[in-house]
Amino acid sequence: MFTTATTTSQKLLQMGAAILLFAAVIGLILFIAGRFTGKADRAVAALYLAPTVLMLSVGLLYPGLRTIYQSFFDASLKNFIGFENYATILSDPEQLTVLRNTAFWVLVTPFVATGVGLLYAILVDKARMESFAKALVFLPMSISFVAAGVIWKFMYEYRPDQGTVKQIGLINQIIVWLGGEPVQLLIESPLNTFLLIAVMVWIQAGFAMTVLSAAIKAIPDDIIEAARLDGVGPWGMFRFVTLPAIRPAVIVVVTTIAIGTLKVFDIVQTMTGGRFDTSVIANEFYSQTFRSDNRGLGAALAVVLFILVIPIVVYNIRQLRRSEA
Amino acid sequence: MFVQRGSSRSRVALAGALSAGLVLGLSACADSKEDGGTGTVPAASVGAIDCAPYAAFGDLKGKEVSIYTGIVTPEDAPQKQSYKPFEDCTGVTIKYEGDKSFETQVLIRAEAGNPPDVAYVPQPGLLQRLVATGKAKEAPAETAALVDKNFGADWKAYGTVDGKFYAAPLGANVKSLVWYSPKEFKDNGYTVPTTLADLKALSDKIAATGKKPWCAGISSGEATGWPLTDWMEDFYLRLNGVEAYDKWVKHELPFNSAESTKALDAVGEYLKNDKYVNGGLGDVKSIASTTFQDAGLQIIEGNCSLHRQASFYAANFDKNTKVAEDGDVYAFYLPGETADKKPVLGGGEFVLAFADRPEVKAFQTYLATDTWANAKAKVSSGWVSANKGLQISNLVNPIDQLSAKILQDPNAQFRFDGSDMMPAAVGSNAFWKQSTNWITGQDTKTTLDAIEAAWPK
Repeated sequence: MFTTATTTSQKLLQMGAAILLFAAVIGLILFIAGRFTGKADRAVAALYLAPTVLMLSVGLLYPGLRTIYQSFFDASLKNFIGFENYATILSDPEQLTVLRNTAFWVLVTPFVATGVGLLYAILVDKARMESFAKALVFLPMSISFVAAGVIWKFMYEYRPDQGTVKQIGLINQIIVWLGGEPVQLLIESPLNTFLLIAVMVWIQAGFAMTVLSAAIKAIPDDIIEAARLDGVGPWGMFRFVTLPAIRPAVIVVVTTIAIGTLKVFDIVQTMTGGRFDTSVIANEFYSQTFRSDNRGLGAALAVVLFILVIPIVVYNIRQLRRSEA
Repeated sequence: MFVQRGSSRSRVALAGALSAGLVLGLSACADSKEDGGTGTVPAASVGAIDCAPYAAFGDLKGKEVSIYTGIVTPEDAPQKQSYKPFEDCTGVTIKYEGDKSFETQVLIRAEAGNPPDVAYVPQPGLLQRLVATGKAKEAPAETAALVDKNFGADWKAYGTVDGKFYAAPLGANVKSLVWYSPKEFKDNGYTVPTTLADLKALSDKIAATGKKPWCAGISSGEATGWPLTDWMEDFYLRLNGVEAYDKWVKHELPFNSAESTKALDAVGEYLKNDKYVNGGLGDVKSIASTTFQDAGLQIIEGNCSLHRQASFYAANFDKNTKVAEDGDVYAFYLPGETADKKPVLGGGEFVLAFADRPEVKAFQTYLATDTWANAKAKVSSGWVSANKGLQISNLVNPIDQLSAKILQDPNAQFRFDGSDMMPAAVGSNAFWKQSTNWITGQDTKTTLDAIEAAWPK
């Protein structure tokens, strides 16, 4: 059953077996849980949690620990080299560029995307054709990062200013219309990193707008009414009423986008492949592990990514707890 | 994303169990890629073969051999077609799986203990890494004997790791080619250069007319930069000779030695020369952002005259373009320093097996025969083999015939693509990356020093 299935019938059989196994495990848990009577809450809870814990340890904890372990080894994972991989990440000029780019991404994307989303949500709130206007901004959300990368690669496409050659990229065409010379947008560093960030903002602004718009609509009307009666202007309304009311939502949006941004891989891989000084940690980790066959450095990069995500997750959880307390 | 606090415990458990089921279910269909399309209808038949040699492997009826390769549409169709006689003879079914990310995936599959029966490995460096996983099998004696008979010792050496012979050569390509327009040459009285000095003189001559003679592009996704490594390898061979080249590839000569500087600077005289590049595409920097596929098409557009690229580039021209010595576009051998010195840079794939079942051995043996090479020649375009038994007349495409002639030339000194033989950290990372930096403005010394620093200690 665990061998590779080759024919369709074998695959169906495997799938059936997997579903049966799943049902059997659930059945077993329910059966055992049913045996407990009276005040055995903890035992029942532990039982219910057991499969999750097991899966988490096999699928997350063990690989995580193993990655950390491997990050102390050399390219072939044979020789222990201590913190050398981490030293490389912090000293090698190429790796420093990777860290710099990652910093750009994390510092710019969440705030710009949330800002754009928030502004849009406020502007279209209770406007005519609100849902249509929202749909326009939300649509990019449904496009995969790879597809978005391909689309924007065309936006930035460069053709030389030679004879009959026509621009096919929108941005360069606009530059030409304005009387400028076409620019090789994706080659100039660090401009290119910000052009890639624009793609992420384009995708995530819709997400920010949707969540924040819902939060704005959830503000009780009487508060707004009271503020109006007190003579609060539009800016004051935003500053003293709207923003405090939607603060938890803003934090969730910013942190969610920040985590997504740290993991960004597809956009970079599709648009530049990490060339021209645009690589970020997630892309470099892949490139070192699979392209360059430097497993140790790849693992170390993954660990760095993990470490960078932790404070954001912790902050997110603390804010959620506080807002619910 | 939005974890709701206080969700019931049973729901959490259910989610866990559900994901477990999903994982199991998904893994069951993970490798359910359908066996590709049937490909195009054959223009010519490959004909029947002598079945006797395969009888020795026993009764193979109903058996299956799985192949995993980076050869995808449209080049996979003639591949599949050329297996037909073998399938008919032995009753073995060949299960073909082409994948664009073959080069990274095959290693993962081998390490995870899920390798195919046979993999077509395009790089000797990757071959060594695959052998290092301990999952690969040595080539059967029958295959080895055929390789001794049909291929040069150099080709056998590329398939040998630590003195053990693993992989027989499959296809080959010639990289030392310069694409040009025969019509343009005729109209302007240009002649095909036979020495490097001639090539330079020709470039100057074209540049004097106000046209940028060369067009080049090195963009290729995450592999961006590889066409430049080919340029450098070609010039390394020509300016430093094959012995130095062999040492360079094995790192017996450092990457930042005088030989490398000479080679890269010679490339720079062409590609970093504003008078020479980049016809129809922009300035020198535009080489970095132009795909290698697009660059050569400028010859057809009349924007440039010369494009250095391998024999497989023929596939990039559309159907209305006549690729022939008297056609719209054709290629000539990138000349050596003198007319009688003929170093040839090339590449190819090797057949590595991860199983030693009789049907797998029989198939490996079939692929090493000249029978297969000739059968394949009849149905393909943009393909050639280093098999000495391959008859040039069986090749359909003029470029393939030219490539075969270059490969079989007694003066030719064939050398495999160097970056494909270097360790991955250099050959498929630093060398590509630094070449890209070089073309966008980095100087030669910084470039070579950085590649040397990337060599695994």
